[in-house]
Amino acid sequence: MNQTTEAAMTAAEAHNREFLVFSLGEEEYAVDILKVQEIRGYENVTRIANAPDFIKGVTNLRGVIVPIVDLRIKFHLDKVEYGGQTVVIVVNVEDRVVGIVVDGVSDVMTLSPDQIKPAPEFGVTLSSDFLSGLGSLEDRMLVIVDIDKLLTSDEMELVERVAD
Amino acid sequence: MRMDITDFYDTFFEEAEELLADMERYLLELDVDEPDTEELNAIFRAAHSIKGGAGTFGFDALQKTTHLFENLLDHTRKGELTLRRDIVDTFLETKDMLSDQLDAYRNGDEPDQEAFERICQTLQQLALEEIGQDLDGGGVAAPAAKAEPQPAAKPATAPEVATAAGDGHRIVTLLNVSEKDRQLLVEELGQLGEVISHQGDEQRYEVVIDSSDSDDDIEAVMCFIIDADQFQIRPAGAGAGAGQPEAESRLAAGEGQRVITLLNVGEKDRQLLVEELGQLGDVVSQQGDDARYEVVLDSSIGNEDIEAVMCFIVEADQLQITTVGETTSPEVDEKKAEAAPVPEEAAPKAEATPKPVAKAPAKASKPKAKGPETSSIRVSVDKVDQIINLVGELIITQSMLDQTVSDMDAVADSALLNGMSLLQRNARDLQESVMSIRMIPMDFVFSRFPRVVRETASKLGKDIELVTEGESTELDKSLTERIIDPLTHLVRNSLDHGIEMPDDRVAAGKPRTGRLTLSAQHQGGNILIEVIDDGAGLNRDRLLAKARENGLPVSDTMSDDDVWQLIFAPGFSTAKAVTDVSGRGVGMDVVKRNIQGMGGHVEIMSKAGEGTRIRIVLPLTLAILDGMSIKVGREMFILPLSAVLESLQPAKEDLYAMAGDDVVLKVRDEYLPVVAVHEALDVPDAKTKLTETIAVIVQGEGRRYALLVDDLVGQQQVVVKNLETNYRKVPGVSAATILGDGSVALILDITGLHRLSRSKKEVRGQARTYQSLEALTDKELETSS
Repeated sequence: MNQTTEAAMTAAEAHNREFLVFSLGEEEYAVDILKVQEIRGYENVTRIANAPDFIKGVTNLRGVIVPIVDLRIKFHLDKVEYGGQTVVIVVNVEDRVVGIVVDGVSDVMTLSPDQIKPAPEFGVTLSSDFLSGLGSLEDRMLVIVDIDKLLTSDEMELVERVAD
Repeated sequence: MRMDITDFYDTFFEEAEELLADMERYLLELDVDEPDTEELNAIFRAAHSIKGGAGTFGFDALQKTTHLFENLLDHTRKGELTLRRDIVDTFLETKDMLSDQLDAYRNGDEPDQEAFERICQTLQQLALEEIGQDLDGGGVAAPAAKAEPQPAAKPATAPEVATAAGDGHRIVTLLNVSEKDRQLLVEELGQLGEVISHQGDEQRYEVVIDSSDSDDDIEAVMCFIIDADQFQIRPAGAGAGAGQPEAESRLAAGEGQRVITLLNVGEKDRQLLVEELGQLGDVVSQQGDDARYEVVLDSSIGNEDIEAVMCFIVEADQLQITTVGETTSPEVDEKKAEAAPVPEEAAPKAEATPKPVAKAPAKASKPKAKGPETSSIRVSVDKVDQIINLVGELIITQSMLDQTVSDMDAVADSALLNGMSLLQRNARDLQESVMSIRMIPMDFVFSRFPRVVRETASKLGKDIELVTEGESTELDKSLTERIIDPLTHLVRNSLDHGIEMPDDRVAAGKPRTGRLTLSAQHQGGNILIEVIDDGAGLNRDRLLAKARENGLPVSDTMSDDDVWQLIFAPGFSTAKAVTDVSGRGVGMDVVKRNIQGMGGHVEIMSKAGEGTRIRIVLPLTLAILDGMSIKVGREMFILPLSAVLESLQPAKEDLYAMAGDDVVLKVRDEYLPVVAVHEALDVPDAKTKLTETIAVIVQGEGRRYALLVDDLVGQQQVVVKNLETNYRKVPGVSAATILGDGSVALILDITGLHRLSRSKKEVRGQARTYQSLEALTDKELETSS
């Protein structure tokens, strides 16, 4: 009896996932922490000509050339400023390393499967295809971004498609 | 067990590939009339080693083919088969077949069965014709027979071969094999047949096995675990009748081989002793602990002498010297008699016994020869690249530090500054040595050409001698791999079109034998690879005529260089007939493209009647680029120095507006299109006055144009970093690099930049034309009106 509850609990815990919570303007977003390689400041970005405006350029991450994407521009936020607080989250998607610029990183949260609700159909700027759901945590709502899908999507223009 | 073995696949493939390459080299070097025994042995050994591996890994076709090949080679080296040129050709063909089979196995496929059967048949045929023998002596006979067309030939004429096909009981004697290896071996042998009994100790261990496989196969399997001189195979029962000669031959095999047992000798002394012994002969093996340590020594020196030497270090009672075979043979003969349940049956096979034994020394020489050569290790390219990357990082960090300390006081901080300059020197040295890891000699490329030349020449009916120069010139491995195809094409072309038929040559007063020279040399940061023939040279008139026919824009006043470059035009061939070898006109353009893809270019020098020299100029490595850093606005870019011809400040009177948007620059009677970097790459805050900018004349894919930049900063070597690893291809940019301050600079793609600027202008279209004209006037440009 006791054993089964324990087993059930571990099973549930096994399904719990950890997310890195970051902010874009007033909204809170989250990405799977396993995708995150590191967090660093925004500096020394070399512009790439003829690229979409949300691709800020490339930077040197210990000898590796990494593209930097500003999600604030991509999501059409009003205020896009670069300062000492501007943070780049370096993520690993499909064997690639990409840096995403966000307004700030707040914390790491553990969400159980029942705390993650399916994302409703909405948004023109952020298609729900790129969301894995909405996380509810007391009175907060986290938009859980499917960073793999988002960054490798055609509209991000980060990955060259064969059809290109 | 299976799983473990697959781990060794790669090692086997690599080794086999090297062995095949060696085999080809020896075959090509082989003097047909007076073959060198050493070379024949080397070829035989290569086949033998591959066979052993193939057998272990269960690559049947490969094993069977090598088996037949090996037997044939065995006859050759024994002088029973007289070599002819066509036989060598057959051998080469066999080698190719082995390569194909190896490739198939590597890709997880089964090799082409038809080809396999054909090659087996060819080898059988050759054996029957040349030595009147069937090759299927070995135990592989059973499976190979399926592929073999004439099983009737099986009762072999030579008793020697027949006896090698040992079915029945055999005794495998293991000398000085550790317990672990013994277990492994017994297991392996169990897979070949039934192990009837096994007994003995470390020094001498006997396994009686009932197997239908031949001695050779058993040997091949065992060679994976122990050395050839650590075991002997003989038919059971042979000892009863031929015990005496057997024992003798065993002694002969282990001639001078002694087991020196050290009792209670400390490690330090042991090392000393082994070193001393090493001076007396070859130390075959050594193992044990303080209490009992055994050294097997192969030496022609008498036991007393060995003792004398050793007594300097240890006491006589700490030492035992026994000659291999001496102590054991008498009792073993008894054992053998017991162990061999069917002596009569095996008796006629007695003559066979010397064979495997006699083989031992030949093979034993192999591990010996290998000993000093193990000074190289196999390392994956990824690992090397990682080291190169890290060293690149180190260099960048070092130059960042350098910049920081450059304003320091030379006296007050002299210790730090000295340290910095030392660091700089060490870092550069480190970079150089790391880069040299990737470098391999051109011999790697050139060594495959004797074969190409030989085959092509005989196909064309020409007499051609190949000369190679500068084989030791080193080049980045990735480049050597990519240069092979273009070079092969150029060589074939020279052989086919360049060098004339022997009679024509004699008529032209030239030696009958044509000469093709392949040479390599370093020049600055480049390598020059030349293909030189002493043929007829390129025919200017014919090239021009052909070019007109193909609708290429040519004129009679073109310079020779430009005419020669015509042969690189797609679909261009002046060959009177399309031959098997070349002449379809595809290829030369591909050659040029490939070489340009490697960052190099091709030059042609030719003189009618004297020959043609095709020169490939390549950068030594793709990982480092000689760059010119330029500034546009506040941004820094790198131009590949190889593309830069000159730079100048454009004068007002040399600039002309054309068709609206376009501007051309007149440089020494040549009008060059102008591409402004800031326009093509949308750089803000760049200088817009044309006369204030600097025009860098660049050349890419044969097209010359003027690139407008704000400033030239300097020349430097940069480490090339791929943009596509994490991002995508960027038009007008070939790669990126990291500057001394840690920031990223883009390396411009000269050809791509021109294309980009054109397509941008097209997009802007007519609407802008008027404005731009105005802009041009703003730029203090006055047209001739």
